[in-house]
Amino acid sequence: MSGASRNRTDDATSSGITGMVERRHVYDVQSLRFRYQSKESHAAGWILDDVSFQVYEGEVLGVVGPNGSGKTSLLKVLARLMTPQQGHIDLFGQDIASLAQREVACVVAVVPQDSQQFFPFTVAETVLMGRFPHRPRGRWIGGLGWESREDVVIAERAMMMMDVVPLAQRAVTDLSGGERQRTMIARALAQTPKVLLLDEPTAFLDLQHQVEIGSVLRRLNDERGLTVVFVSHDLNLVSQYCDRILLLDQGRIVRIGFPHEVIQPETLETVYRCRVLVDRHPHTGLPRVTLPGRHVSGGT
Amino acid sequence: MRARFVHEGPLKRPPATVQPSSCADMLPRRAASEGSNASHRAILTRSRLAKTLGILALTVIAVSLMCLHFGAQPIAYGEILRVFVDILRDRKIDDQVSDLARTILLQVRLPRILLGFMVGCSLASVGVALQALLRNPLADPYVLGVSSGAALGAAVGVLVGAGTTFLGETALPACGFAGGLLALVIIYRTATSYERLPIHSLLLTGVILNAIFSALIMFITSILEPNRSYGMMAWLMGTLTAPTYGSLVSLVIYLSIGLFLLFSQMRVMNVLALGEESAQSLGVDTEQAKRVIFVLTALVTGAVVSVSGMIGFIGMVVPHAVRLVIGADHRLLLPASALVGGTFLMGADTVARTLISPTEIPVGIITALAGGPFFVYLLLWRKDRLA
Repeated sequence: MSGASRNRTDDATSSGITGMVERRHVYDVQSLRFRYQSKESHAAGWILDDVSFQVYEGEVLGVVGPNGSGKTSLLKVLARLMTPQQGHIDLFGQDIASLAQREVACVVAVVPQDSQQFFPFTVAETVLMGRFPHRPRGRWIGGLGWESREDVVIAERAMMMMDVVPLAQRAVTDLSGGERQRTMIARALAQTPKVLLLDEPTAFLDLQHQVEIGSVLRRLNDERGLTVVFVSHDLNLVSQYCDRILLLDQGRIVRIGFPHEVIQPETLETVYRCRVLVDRHPHTGLPRVTLPGRHVSGGT
Repeated sequence: MRARFVHEGPLKRPPATVQPSSCADMLPRRAASEGSNASHRAILTRSRLAKTLGILALTVIAVSLMCLHFGAQPIAYGEILRVFVDILRDRKIDDQVSDLARTILLQVRLPRILLGFMVGCSLASVGVALQALLRNPLADPYVLGVSSGAALGAAVGVLVGAGTTFLGETALPACGFAGGLLALVIIYRTATSYERLPIHSLLLTGVILNAIFSALIMFITSILEPNRSYGMMAWLMGTLTAPTYGSLVSLVIYLSIGLFLLFSQMRVMNVLALGEESAQSLGVDTEQAKRVIFVLTALVTGAVVSVSGMIGFIGMVVPHAVRLVIGADHRLLLPASALVGGTFLMGADTVARTLISPTEIPVGIITALAGGPFFVYLLLWRKDRLA
């Protein structure tokens, strides 16, 4: 899979968000159906039900939806962590089911939602583990196997990018939620992926780091054409930093499109079953979601 | 100590050869130089690995000399040295005292010390592997009931007569393996909830399995004739007895293969310790890795239990303590834990046979008395941390 996609011209992708017409598909998802096998059968519904969409090369796609709408499952299916029962997913034109886990790992990096750690690996060690899929692996000499100079340099750059260099020696078990989250993103970057999948990347972060991660994702995307798919509860963050938004509800796609197409009061009110105010961001002009004040919801 | 996580001078290669297809090219170049101080000692380096293992190997030699020295009848270090020099020179000694010392050293203490070292190595390694696999620093073959499963397997083997014949002596590790594997499968199936292995359900499963297996073992013990049942009781408590060199060699070969295969999984353990889904997203076939590590764990535990009974807590205490000192990277943690575990059991066994000599205490009592309080401390500490 690597040959064709690696030789793509950078000019085309770095020219901006606008050239969406000629874009290749990173993901082509066709009528996907998924449910958890092991769970009790009374929950007969599909977690993901007839989901079809494309992810274009070099875009930032935000996935939003209420709790239990299948966002995380969608991400896991895209990362090949779980296998859908129906439908198929093409990753750079190849059926993802036919690829080895390691081949997927060389292209797709995942930042999981729950990153609680039990073992005192240092931050640097954790980030270096992102190089795992790229390292040569013998069957029996697999126990040792050292990082090459390149691995270390790439990991250091990733740490720099996510501002975790000062934490390099700290144990991941001692980090705050935000520090840990940044470490996990650094690890994903050290994987040198073409696609970055993030599950609630800003969930534990304070305002400064939310903005920082938003801009880092944008920068990776703008300068290098890294394709980003991230799940978030934060409609405003998604609206500000995503090229397109996918709105899920009960396992189905309600709407997919540009922020102003998806972030509409009627759509959100149907999906979230509560009243919201949508206006425009004073600087970017992108849609902005506000919860109505008490007196507003009471009055009307 | 020169850390490899230091970027020395400008890159030798042109940047284009560094992952040309990746987003890493755009990551800031200054990272490499600015990170140098902060990243010092942050990752495992070859020199740190060599130094740590070298120091531990010297400790092993020193402790084993002490273990040769102590005993019901202490043997002077000079005497030990002379015996070994004599062996090297292949010289026969007529002196009565030296002859006695030589017999004690070579026929009683040395094989027992070697056995203790191998058993300790194996238990600590298995502990490391289980902890990485179950993502749980409290996992241990003894606590989880793998040891008692293996003991049950071996006890059944003894009951049906496998242990009485020469052929049967080699069959007992296989019985232990079967029992240990059964226990592991039950633990994994029972304790998994929503594709996770929470600490409390693991410990609970271990308690229940230990209770059931112990009851079955007690049942088997009670229907054996008295002299055999006494031997079994002593074995269950965890005892090292001086083996013949023949059986020692076969055990060493068996364990070495198991441990070698386990050690070949060190890097996978590193990634598995991050979490199953993370490991999978880093390209590890987690299902296969789990199966491999489970089977190897059961193999090694089965063999160890069949020769030494249930020696507890080494698999939990040693890796935990080692991890606190040298960090979590399994490429160092696993061999270092193995060496420390071997040393610890050698020492504990020496205490067991000297403390109230000439009577010997089962070594399992010593390790349990050392490990139990540590376990309690960890639980208290963890409760603190998890709150």
